[in-house]
Amino acid sequence: MTEPRFMRVGETSRPVIRLAIDGDPVEALAGDTLMTAILTRRGQLRMSEFGDGARAGFCLMGACQDCWVRLGDRRRLRACTTFAAEGMEVLTGAEEGIDAP
Amino acid sequence: MRPETVIIVGAGPAGIRAAMVLAEHGIRPVVLDEAPMSGGQIFRRQPQGFTRSYAKLYGYEARRAEALHTAFDALGPRIDYRPGALVWNVEGRRLQVLRDGVNETLAFDRLLFATGAMDRVIPFPGWTTPGVYTLGGAQVALKHQACAIGRRVVFFGSSPLLPLVALQYAAAGVAVAGVFDTTPRRAKIAALPGVLAGGTTGLKGLSYLARLALKGIRYHHGITPVAAIGDRTVTGFAYLDAGGRQHETACDAVAFGYGIKSEWQLADLAGCRFAFDADTHQWRVETDAEGRSSVEGIYLAGDGARIAGADVAAETGERAARAILADTGGPDQGAALSTIARRLARHAGLRQAIDRAFPFPAHLAREIPDDCILCRCEAVRAGEFRAAIAALGPDEVNRAKAFSRVGMGRCQGRVCGPAAAEILATELGRPVSEAGRLRSQPPVKPIPIAAFQESKGDAA
Amino acid sequence: MTGRLSLDVAIIGGGTAGCAAALHLARRGLSVALFERRTVGSQASGVNFGGVREQGRDFAELPLSRRSRRIWDELPALIGSDGEFMATGHLKLARDEDQMAVLEAFATGAADYGLAVERITGNRLRADYPWLGPKVIGATLCRSDGQANPRIVAPGFGQAARRAGAQVFEHEAVRHATRDAGGFRIETEAGRQVTAATLINVAGAWGATVAGWFGDAVPIAPRSPSMQVTEPLPYRVKVNVGVVGGDVYARQTPRGNVIFGGGQGWNDMATITSRAGETEVMAAMRRLTGILPWAGGAHVIRTWSGIEGFTPDDLPVLGSSVTTPGLLHAFGFSGHGFQLGPAVGEVLAELVLTGRSETPLAPFSIERFGGVLAASA
Repeated sequence: MTEPRFMRVGETSRPVIRLAIDGDPVEALAGDTLMTAILTRRGQLRMSEFGDGARAGFCLMGACQDCWVRLGDRRRLRACTTFAAEGMEVLTGAEEGIDAP
Repeated sequence: MRPETVIIVGAGPAGIRAAMVLAEHGIRPVVLDEAPMSGGQIFRRQPQGFTRSYAKLYGYEARRAEALHTAFDALGPRIDYRPGALVWNVEGRRLQVLRDGVNETLAFDRLLFATGAMDRVIPFPGWTTPGVYTLGGAQVALKHQACAIGRRVVFFGSSPLLPLVALQYAAAGVAVAGVFDTTPRRAKIAALPGVLAGGTTGLKGLSYLARLALKGIRYHHGITPVAAIGDRTVTGFAYLDAGGRQHETACDAVAFGYGIKSEWQLADLAGCRFAFDADTHQWRVETDAEGRSSVEGIYLAGDGARIAGADVAAETGERAARAILADTGGPDQGAALSTIARRLARHAGLRQAIDRAFPFPAHLAREIPDDCILCRCEAVRAGEFRAAIAALGPDEVNRAKAFSRVGMGRCQGRVCGPAAAEILATELGRPVSEAGRLRSQPPVKPIPIAAFQESKGDAA
Repeated sequence: MTGRLSLDVAIIGGGTAGCAAALHLARRGLSVALFERRTVGSQASGVNFGGVREQGRDFAELPLSRRSRRIWDELPALIGSDGEFMATGHLKLARDEDQMAVLEAFATGAADYGLAVERITGNRLRADYPWLGPKVIGATLCRSDGQANPRIVAPGFGQAARRAGAQVFEHEAVRHATRDAGGFRIETEAGRQVTAATLINVAGAWGATVAGWFGDAVPIAPRSPSMQVTEPLPYRVKVNVGVVGGDVYARQTPRGNVIFGGGQGWNDMATITSRAGETEVMAAMRRLTGILPWAGGAHVIRTWSGIEGFTPDDLPVLGSSVTTPGLLHAFGFSGHGFQLGPAVGEVLAELVLTGRSETPLAPFSIERFGGVLAASA
């Protein structure tokens, strides 16, 4: 696991929210995007579908579409334009086999 | 006469000013904005609960930003403001709008696109490595999230954002590993008179350079990017200096960009005619002097119409709103339009100087190495793109896309499109303006299938 | 670049069939030119679903379709590219007993043509295809069916035809064609004057217009199948999926994108534009989750369409003109011509070279529409 990618430079007195990233409970701050919540903990957001490695977002303004992550309920969210919320269960790894019917 | 439905797409400087002018004249426009909060990109608001002052967030532009936000908030019920609304299609006189997971069809009589812009980039080796971001993205991280993209950051490219974002990072206490401009120093010097003639705005731009120097941050001219180094994360930036010697600077993040490009996908779906704009080296929607597109009832303003910055965006927003007023049988707008035209004329010289000081280095696109990823959505390398061109002989960029998958992914070529067109133009031996323009296809951004399950109709 | 051309064969239309015909005729040493108003494969041949399917066809089409299926295996030798063809199989679904009866009837009849179609029901259906929605009660599988990338197949044939010596003119629509004692006289929008002994009309949705120049009447409706594609998903659905009635169909590419369609979008023949149509797009998204609930978590990233000619009986016109010797027609494939294209090209070449085809073509005769127009001047 690489070092956290983002570094907070202020605004750290916001209320704490709790979510899970790939099953790991983590704390974030109210007002964090999912991208911030993940990248202040990790070095990457997701794996490219085509085997060329990890990605960590790019444009941060909802244009490049390179920061899609999943929730436990299979919803897909663009991490740079979605605010993190209490109790979210975010999945960043490759999607697994066939869902149970 | 039936009151007309006017819809504004985008709540940045252009859309806000247009809404203000329409509201002043008794028209209550629908304002659709994809962002959760108004302001656009450059005057993007921080989320609720953040406490930094306007001065800290917007620097020289603090008063302007505050005025814009205050004016928009004061509109209150005089506009029908719908944030978080993705407009994903235009068909006839209807918009498809996805908001909070629910789709809605909105009919319009007049439609103003104030859809803004995004960073323009040229792929370079390593650009998909975690830690490489656009200049605008690096700025969003800082302003919107109070985060830096790394601890020691390289900034490079050719963009007015380059010295600005580097300075903002330095001011936030982040180590700036270096600022690398691809434009040769002589081009900067040649543009200097125009910048100086541009009054305070031009001087502000120059002051960024001075302030970087005061902080001991070196501003390199005439570099050529070689690679973002690192496997799972960025560890360095390799570049050629103006003399052609290769260097490597240690860093853990890179922000780069070559100006910005208009977000015109919706206008494309609406059938608006386009033209290649040589000054900004990109396609733009054709408009008349007051923002009318080639399609009756559809108008454009701001950076979505032509890249010119926030001040001009507000003026063109007002101009388009007055054109709408005139076209809907309102009072004569001639005097107001002349005033706007005079103000815009004052900006024109500076804009031209900025375009000259930060030109688009098209040669870097043509020289992208074969093993470098060109389309990051589909992970197609430049060599694969060139091979598809050689094998099947596309004569314009949409054909090249069909053959290669470049531009076929989630972003629809927003990111790789400019570079792909340069490469194709080179292979065809033609100017890039004759390589065509990637056409937009609905939806202009991904739409969740789940959002369309509850609607009435023929469920399977 | 314009001028005069004197040819053995002129071809109007740059779809797969036209390009394949050009390829075969050029290889036999004939002088051939093809005229395409846009670019090769820019309409039905190039922007369709990409299904290479025999299952579910009208039995009248099966001999032609069987012949084409053999060619799909040989694409690399024929055009230098496999067109991303893969024999993934095509699974056709029934959502009630009546639909299952339709599938069974086809499976039984197909055996007479040597086409193997398996019935799959009950536990095996769920075991083999766990991603199917609960409303599916049974299916038939044709393992030899498959999928290919339509964006590169017709252009691949076009490039092969060029290499074989055919001239392929893109962005050059034919303005008009007539026939006199000297053969066909063809004038293009670029002002080029062409004479040819034989004229092949493979003009797709414009086929009836070309036929009309010679008094051959065919009622053709230009339609635009509504297509869309999702973001890449884990590769699970390794078989093409369709339903009785055809209101939705889907396939997943090995890259992960689910391509699906259903219903008709809209087009404007004047400007030659077509769209998937937002109403159909939204309806097809709902139908998709009926057969593949799993795809409900995905996003659609792109929609598209093209313009295709549909006949009243959904069978193509393929064969000689009623009115004009030396004129051959092949159009009106009614939304299922992609699989047939390679064989149609061979058949057209046979007809030019020998005057007959080894494949039965009687059901595709233009005479079935009964009309002869007063030939236009």
